[in-house]
Amino acid sequence: MICFENSDWIKKQQEYAESIAREMIRPQARYYDEYEHEIPWDFANYIWKTARHKLDSLRPDSDIPGERFMLQVHTNEMMGWGDLGLYLCLPWQALGGNFIRVIGTEEQKQLLMKKFHNAKPTWVCMALTEAHCGSDSSAIRMRAVQDGDSWVLNGEKLFVTTAQMSLVESDGLLVVWATTDPSAGIKGIKAFIVEANTPGVKITKLEKKLGLRASDTAVVIFEDCRIPLKNLLGGPSSTGFKGAMATFDSARPAAAAAGVGVARAVIDFLKEELARNGTKIRYGVPRRLLSAMERDIIDMEAQLRATWLLLLKSAWLIDQGKPNTLESSMCKAKAGEIITRIAQKGIELMGSLGYSRELLLEKWMRDGKVIDLFEGTGQINRLVIARRILGYSSKELK
Amino acid sequence: MYSFEPTDEQKIIVDAARKLAVKEFRTRMSDADEKSEPASEWMQAGWELGLLQASIPESYGGYGEHSALTSALATEELAWGDLSATLALTAPNLIALPILHCGTEEQKKEMLPHFCGDSYVYGSAALMEPRLDFDPNALQTTATKKDGKYILSGAKCNVPFAAESEWILAYASCEGKCQGFLLPKGIPGLIVKEREKNMGMRAFPMYAVELQECIVDARQRLGGDAGCDYQLLLNSSRTALSAMAVGVARAAYEFALDYAKNRKAFGEMIAQRQSIAFMLSDMITDIEAARMMVWEAAWRLDEKKDATHEAYLALNFAGDMSVMAADRAVQILGGYGYIRDFPVELYLRNARGFGVMEGIAIA
Repeated sequence: MICFENSDWIKKQQEYAESIAREMIRPQARYYDEYEHEIPWDFANYIWKTARHKLDSLRPDSDIPGERFMLQVHTNEMMGWGDLGLYLCLPWQALGGNFIRVIGTEEQKQLLMKKFHNAKPTWVCMALTEAHCGSDSSAIRMRAVQDGDSWVLNGEKLFVTTAQMSLVESDGLLVVWATTDPSAGIKGIKAFIVEANTPGVKITKLEKKLGLRASDTAVVIFEDCRIPLKNLLGGPSSTGFKGAMATFDSARPAAAAAGVGVARAVIDFLKEELARNGTKIRYGVPRRLLSAMERDIIDMEAQLRATWLLLLKSAWLIDQGKPNTLESSMCKAKAGEIITRIAQKGIELMGSLGYSRELLLEKWMRDGKVIDLFEGTGQINRLVIARRILGYSSKELK
Repeated sequence: MYSFEPTDEQKIIVDAARKLAVKEFRTRMSDADEKSEPASEWMQAGWELGLLQASIPESYGGYGEHSALTSALATEELAWGDLSATLALTAPNLIALPILHCGTEEQKKEMLPHFCGDSYVYGSAALMEPRLDFDPNALQTTATKKDGKYILSGAKCNVPFAAESEWILAYASCEGKCQGFLLPKGIPGLIVKEREKNMGMRAFPMYAVELQECIVDARQRLGGDAGCDYQLLLNSSRTALSAMAVGVARAAYEFALDYAKNRKAFGEMIAQRQSIAFMLSDMITDIEAARMMVWEAAWRLDEKKDATHEAYLALNFAGDMSVMAADRAVQILGGYGYIRDFPVELYLRNARGFGVMEGIAIA
């Protein structure tokens, strides 16, 4: 039975997430943008001490049949509305943790739970991209060689989100992808869990970025980094990268949701400003009779709703245990496009005020752009969609 | 709790709508478009589907209960077959559903059984007006009360089957609100003018209509003295048109996809080029998104929640989307897309209508 309403449980969780976004996140958004690489400890401590026990989407063990992912996208949207940079600083499992939760062995899941019970805020990050390959993840060169009772990791990883917070600022974890056999192509690629303070892993650079300045993005190098054999993600029978692609199907709507939050922040702000200015938006009137301003706002709202509903369907499919590769890429491609367009347009509508760092509009434009880049660029997601609808392999449609 | 799974009953109805669309709509759409006349089979065979009869309760001669959602699901499927056929088949809704939603008990008892018989009955509504600044919220056709009757005056356009209809529901400004009036065929002052010539929807006859001091009894006002919930009817109409826009866009998309997979250029299928493949990606993404917006608006209608915002945004989005999708389909077919031997130019002509017309369908 088709239904467009949340359960009471999600509504309550959403209310709580909104209070965090409104009171803990939004007021600090500008500060941590201006002071790049400063760690938002107040925020992290609050999340760890209080929110961690109340917001179910932060819990790696929360076993919520039927609606887990629906909750995830709703809270992500709310956090993204608060601030995308600080959203990425949430001390929680994030993408790396999700991989452990979904494909990890029992022992690995227990390790994740142990970290979750740390006294201090703890992060889990994931390292995939390398200098020569971003979207083409199957081309990674980082090596993992088995030597006695350990794996030895060597290589360099780029764009590792919250690496500094996971490895240096907390006793966290890093999930890293490496090839065990370069001649085997994608089949040789496996994931490994590296704990903070493991010798041989170090951060060599913190990137300076267009946006998301509250969140660290690091270069991590591995030099003869030894980890126990049991740290092969998913154990010896792990299906490796191919099997892990399914996890990206859930990562995409999760990322898209945070982006939708930013887009909503832009629209909410514009509508408040217009109302203060006495400018009315006449909904229900044929478009040709509207002012350009009204048309833009209404178009933004329609695009936002379209994207959000696509995203909810994708989340629902995950919760139903149904395939959602197509829907995930659709909502991600669409989210990247609309946040980019809405934020850029938002500045136009506010004129030079929108360009000022006194307001958050210019920040939302800088932050939001990443949604069209990470977890698969807009183009990669269009490729995924196209291959699905056409029934083409990656060889048939390059 | 959110769900995107239609009921088994809805799936059966969609399946039946699809069969009709394939068997009767698709096979006759080109011919009907060329002749600018609907195929009689559309209404005959379509009537047996029983969509309207199943929306009307037993007490008024039907055998079911109205659901905007079920209707939207079926409508998308029908419009995927052909838009003119869908509009023609569902034209009686234009009068029957407003009576069902807003009519007095007397109006329901008197009128609804007519639409529950074994054969199709022509019915229509007159909302649009031939003015540049037409706004459905501010109709210039007026209904003035005098001596217990209403006098209707004004010009209407895009009135489906105006010449054929047994009743036309005419909308007019009345005491500061937009209201509906049930006009029987041949009532003095109801002047059906020439058949319109439109870009698309050519097999769906629409007429200009003049109301020249057309005097109607007070009991012919939709909803009686209390009047009707005009916004609800507008919302239902927008939702129906949006569902049709999704159907038309999907037809265009499917044709283009199939073509692109079978058309070879420079040694490979054109679908193997990103410039073509990405157009198809964008088409299916927005089609799916528009469908969700239609479902949401329809679900709200069924839940008796205000759907004003959702229906308006849905039509805005779906209207644009259908033009984009149909245009991309023409583009993918290239020169063939421009030729009437292929259906995509018809899809483009049809799609352009959604953003500029209201009130020509309701579901």
